[in-house]
Amino acid sequence: MIKAILIFNNHGKPRLIRFYQYFAEDMQQQIIRETFHLVSKRDDNVCNFLEGGSLIGGSDYKLIYRHYATLYFVFCVDSSESELGILDLIQVTFSLLQVFVETLDKCFENVCELDLIFHMDKVHYILQEVVMGGMVLETNMNEIVAQVEVQKPHGEGGLSAAPARAVSAVKNMNLPEIPRNINIGDINIKVPSLSPF
Amino acid sequence: MALKIVKGSIDRMFDKNLQDLVRGIRNHKEDEAKYISTCIDEIKQELKQDNIAVKANAVCKLTYLQMLGYDVSWAAFNIVEVMSSSKFTYKRIGYLAASQCFHESTDVIMLTTNQIRKDLSSPNQYDTGVALTGLSCFVTPDLARDLANDIMTLMSHTKPYIRKKAVLIMYKVFLKYPESLRPAFPRLKEKLEDPDPGVQSAAVNVICELARRNPKNYLSLAPLFFKLMTSSTNNWVLIKIIKLFGALTPLEPRLVYSCVHVVKYLGLLAMSKILKTHPKSVQSHKDLILQCLDDKDESIRLRALDLLYGMVSKKNLMEIVKKLMLHVDKAEGTTYRDELLTKIIDICSQSNYQYITNFEWYISILVELTRLEGTRHGHLIASQMLDVAIRVKAIRAFAVAQMATLLDNAHLLTGNMQRNGICEVLYAAAWICGEFSEHLENPMQTLEAMLRPKVATLPGHIQAVYVQNAAKLFATVLKSQEGNTDSTAAQETSQLMIDRLPLFVQSANLEVQERASCILQLVKYIQKLQQKDVEIAEEVNALFAGELNPVAPKAQKKVPVPEGLDLDAWINEPPSESESEDEQPKAIFAKEEPKHSRPRHTEVDEKELARRREARKQEQANNPFYIKASPSSQKVYQDTPGVEHIPVVQIDLSVPLKVPGLPMSDQYVKLEEERRQKERAEKKKKEKKKRKEKRSGRGKKHDSGPESEEDITPAHQVDIVTEEMPEVNSLDILYFVPLADSEKLPVRSHRETPKSPAEDGDTENAALQEPKKKSTKEKREKKKDKDRDRKVYDIQGNLQDGSQVVVSVIFENKGDSFLKSMEFNVLDSLNSKLQRPDGSGPHDGLTVPFQLPPGVSNEARFVFTVQSIIMPQKLKGTLTFIVKNEDSSTHEKLDFKLHFTCTSYLITTPCYSDAFAKLLESGDLKGSSVRLEGVNMPFHHLLARICFHHHFSVVERIDSCASMYSRSIQGHHVCLLVKTSGQTVSIDAKCDEPTLLGNVLDEIKQTFSQC
Repeated sequence: MIKAILIFNNHGKPRLIRFYQYFAEDMQQQIIRETFHLVSKRDDNVCNFLEGGSLIGGSDYKLIYRHYATLYFVFCVDSSESELGILDLIQVTFSLLQVFVETLDKCFENVCELDLIFHMDKVHYILQEVVMGGMVLETNMNEIVAQVEVQKPHGEGGLSAAPARAVSAVKNMNLPEIPRNINIGDINIKVPSLSPF
Repeated sequence: MALKIVKGSIDRMFDKNLQDLVRGIRNHKEDEAKYISTCIDEIKQELKQDNIAVKANAVCKLTYLQMLGYDVSWAAFNIVEVMSSSKFTYKRIGYLAASQCFHESTDVIMLTTNQIRKDLSSPNQYDTGVALTGLSCFVTPDLARDLANDIMTLMSHTKPYIRKKAVLIMYKVFLKYPESLRPAFPRLKEKLEDPDPGVQSAAVNVICELARRNPKNYLSLAPLFFKLMTSSTNNWVLIKIIKLFGALTPLEPRLVYSCVHVVKYLGLLAMSKILKTHPKSVQSHKDLILQCLDDKDESIRLRALDLLYGMVSKKNLMEIVKKLMLHVDKAEGTTYRDELLTKIIDICSQSNYQYITNFEWYISILVELTRLEGTRHGHLIASQMLDVAIRVKAIRAFAVAQMATLLDNAHLLTGNMQRNGICEVLYAAAWICGEFSEHLENPMQTLEAMLRPKVATLPGHIQAVYVQNAAKLFATVLKSQEGNTDSTAAQETSQLMIDRLPLFVQSANLEVQERASCILQLVKYIQKLQQKDVEIAEEVNALFAGELNPVAPKAQKKVPVPEGLDLDAWINEPPSESESEDEQPKAIFAKEEPKHSRPRHTEVDEKELARRREARKQEQANNPFYIKASPSSQKVYQDTPGVEHIPVVQIDLSVPLKVPGLPMSDQYVKLEEERRQKERAEKKKKEKKKRKEKRSGRGKKHDSGPESEEDITPAHQVDIVTEEMPEVNSLDILYFVPLADSEKLPVRSHRETPKSPAEDGDTENAALQEPKKKSTKEKREKKKDKDRDRKVYDIQGNLQDGSQVVVSVIFENKGDSFLKSMEFNVLDSLNSKLQRPDGSGPHDGLTVPFQLPPGVSNEARFVFTVQSIIMPQKLKGTLTFIVKNEDSSTHEKLDFKLHFTCTSYLITTPCYSDAFAKLLESGDLKGSSVRLEGVNMPFHHLLARICFHHHFSVVERIDSCASMYSRSIQGHHVCLLVKTSGQTVSIDAKCDEPTLLGNVLDEIKQTFSQC
């Protein structure tokens, strides 16, 4: 069983966290920090798994990770099994990790950290097609990509996306404050009931 | 109010979405917390809106903030609201947020039960899917209890996408609500055999997790898993099952076996993948893989076989095949045995018999394989026998002896021959005995064996070969008998033919009948002549004269199409589709039509049908003179020939099939081992040991002698017919010929091949592809003993290092003594030095890293450093070696001279005319010229000669005038302007190094003065 999947960058900034066991938010942040601490001090050419940190279950857990460019992908897996089982598990998790990363790459066309930053929701949806509730759901990449594509909002890329794109173009004009202030200023006078929270 | 709505939607338009939030956070690095708190305020505002899109957007942003560590549980109710949106995109956002921050103590969860139930039963599979995914993260005991039935129903959903999710989530449900396990289990078990592999693997997954917690309840599933394990191709599932068995084995020790077994299977599978990239590392596990051949499981054995195919080398071939032969003997089940047989043949014949060092051994293996009962691969064995016998000339005598024995003992093979197809080997045997009958020890006996009445029970195409080859044998026998004074013997032989052939004339098989009656009449005529005491053998032999040679598969392409012949045009009207298919020749061997193959011709009456079939058969039948060269193409024929025309007489012999006189291939293995051991020992102790063998005497009398010392190294040469002719000009050959003491002999010139920089690292190829340099070398030799020794030289200049020249020397021992301890030494000049290993003195010789058994050749390379290349040089050298005879050994010495000419430092370099012009304009080059008188050859021959011998390339040619260019390994440009008028050739040359140019011109002059 997978306990958690964490993606963070070289500075420990989380890019995606997915816990399959409940932890409160501050605990989650501690786990991320600890995991980052454990993983980041390791050389890139040492083996890619280590005993779990003290926070997430201790030695019963294995952290299996990979470092791709600026990102660490970490799977935290329970391993109450024989030695052989652990090896298998690592193997399996590795392939799973590979599948996940490859799928990301396919869905985002050369995925980079920025894709993950700005589309955290999509990354979650992709992950949901690979792992469900901590168990492997699907390992066939084509199948995963197909399901992700089907579930894309219809607006995306189609004609109906045009207004959305227009709006985001306006937003990206880098003068976000000006139109906003004008609008709100005007209307606030007439509709005073809409005061900020 | 309207205004409020308008304001709402305009304002919404400029709400931050997730991307804006992220961008904002990134732009406020210094006051991130403050910025986020304003954002949260905004979000709270947004959540108060009625617009679900706005709420969903807000919840999406909250999910992001949750990742950054902000508690968002205060928005739980809003999340539930978004979850219950009817729009999939929003619903998904809601469920995602819920799965990130809901947990058992989130109180709003109980509000979700109905919503989730509704989603689970939604007609849209993705609504259902997203609900299942979300639920898998926040399922509580209450939810599990309330929804267990709904999820169970989903396990039988029509969409596999839903089924697999439902199956997986059942595990979570079981954990939270164990009572559900009992009622759900049967359905879960069913899912192990779901048609969709994804669902199957989900079920395996769940059961494995369950079994880990409580193994003994799942023991009963072991057989089911075992079945899955053997049938599944999904490695994930296999690994899971192994793990499951790992959990079960403490309870059921018998499972250890099957567990080990799957690991083995996976291991072999993995190895075969590794083999493709790292053959060496797998080869070291040969013993392990051989052990797997003993495994009880057939699929493991087959995997191991696959691996072995890629692992063989010259060294281990015999050992591996020996092991395989043992398995053939004890193998149960025809399929596996047939697989073994094909693998043995595949292994041996791969890459044109690359790994076979001893073909006698291979023939013996083939003969041993004929003893297999019930194999379908008689064809395969037969085609191998034919292929080897035709292509390996040295083996023919041995092969013929073996085949004669086979023919003699044919009755042992043909026990159940109609069924098993092994009688196909008799086809090969008969043909080999006939075609190479001059090697037969007792042709009369073989002839007799081929004309036995029992032959008539063989399939038609084999009988036909028997008849035809009996005629060939007859010719041979006649020839041997006619020399005798007593002419009755010859007449008796004719009588034997006349007595026996009528049996075949009566054959129902037209092919047999026709051949037999034709030959019968011929023999009768011969007999008449014999009675008149006419010498007839010569003429009879002429019937079968001519040697058979292998033909390359693409040889036809080399035959030019005569002018005016259009090969694509139809000669007659194109026949109907179905007929043209019939005509395609399918095999080397004649093949009778499969019985069922012609249902289309129903309109044609039976007689016509039979006639056509026979005609076709005749056409295709039995043209052994056309043999395909590629052994791989011979695997095709596996159909057993139709036998409907032959009266079948079953002769059941249940005697063990130990054919007397057949050699056991094992003895070759022993021989090989002995030989290798000896070689090793020799190397170590340098002991004197006799090793003289007469090659000519080999092979013929194999069974008789303990000729175990036979030297097997020089494999019988296989004629490998490749598409291309070897480059004739790549190597010239230099012979050392035995001479009288003081006699001196100038020897032919040599080619030097420099390594071009681009092809660095692949010296051999470079040498073959681009011979660029040439040096004339003279060899003088003094030799006084009876040994013959031959050397081939090939010198390669190293372009990367302008001062290095590599000299490759091929030593061939032409004598019949053993040569060892060879030392190559050259007297260095100031300019040229032989490169010696560090630490050795300037006059030490270099040990040639091999020994030479009689008739063997090998190549050694020596590197020379050359400082200046502008002058030709001669280096004196000596080769010392020990000649080992049966009872003595002598130390011998051979002097030689290496001649490095200046042209040998030139490299053919193409040059464009404009570059050439620029070069000449530059004025850096100094000129010189030479006139050649009495050159009597066409101008293009002259140019070709200069190009070929002196490594120039033609830049431009106008009428009887041409410019040429070459470059030295140290970068000197050499330009020539060649003009011809009548028999006078004038060469104006320019080069930046006048001395070099002078020498090159001298050498050119030399070349033409010789012709």
